[in-house]
Amino acid sequence: MTIKEIARLVEGEIVGAPADDTYDVEKAFASDLMSDVLRFSMDETVLITGLCNNQTMRTSEMADLRVVVIGRDKQPDEDMLELAQDLDITMIKSKFSIFKISGILYEAGIKPLY
Amino acid sequence: MHYTFEIERGNFTDAGQASSSVKRTLKHLGVAPANIKRTVVALFEAEINAIAHAYGGTIDVDIDDEKIVMVVADTGPGIPNLDLAMQEGWSTASPEVREMGYGAGMGLPNIKKNTDDLKIESTVGVGTTVTMTVFFA
Repeated sequence: MTIKEIARLVEGEIVGAPADDTYDVEKAFASDLMSDVLRFSMDETVLITGLCNNQTMRTSEMADLRVVVIGRDKQPDEDMLELAQDLDITMIKSKFSIFKISGILYEAGIKPLY
Repeated sequence: MHYTFEIERGNFTDAGQASSSVKRTLKHLGVAPANIKRTVVALFEAEINAIAHAYGGTIDVDIDDEKIVMVVADTGPGIPNLDLAMQEGWSTASPEVREMGYGAGMGLPNIKKNTDDLKIESTVGVGTTVTMTVFFA
């Protein structure tokens, strides 16, 4: 699934790095705990989180994540947006809850990480 | 190749900059992506640990053709019970650290999982030195 399709499904707005139309997302992992994000392989995975700070971006960088859905209508600040651009990470801001975002993407065929 | 980075207590704004710099260097050197991932996850966890728990310290990184050795040394407070600290889920992290998305007690176990060699020397009141090695081959 493309990043733009994910954004459409969760009625989100793409911010940070521009969406790479060639990037194919197969799996999702939902967590506000960055320590858990670092425990798993995140290839072709979108992170769904309500944690909206620079550490979300730094953790994504270390985990090789390229797409993060920020739920619960959290607003990234300028520092976070700049860091996302520098690290080439696309963020999708959504007003939906983490549960709803997860449900929508699961129904659309995105697989759980495990 | 040698690099040194400073660690400032509680400075989460800059947290991850050392790991990010090492990641760029390893990419530039053409190290295999799987080994880069293991290395930076371990270093990032150690960096976060030191920022969250220690009074301050340094990160020393040595890279050669075969391996990377990362030494994270702080100036206290030290780990009273290392066996407990190595257990998944054991944590003494503050609420502020937990709000940043860390402090779940996964740091040291995750470092162990991602490194080929891990040595932790800690003395209460003196400090902790974490030495991590990842072999590239």
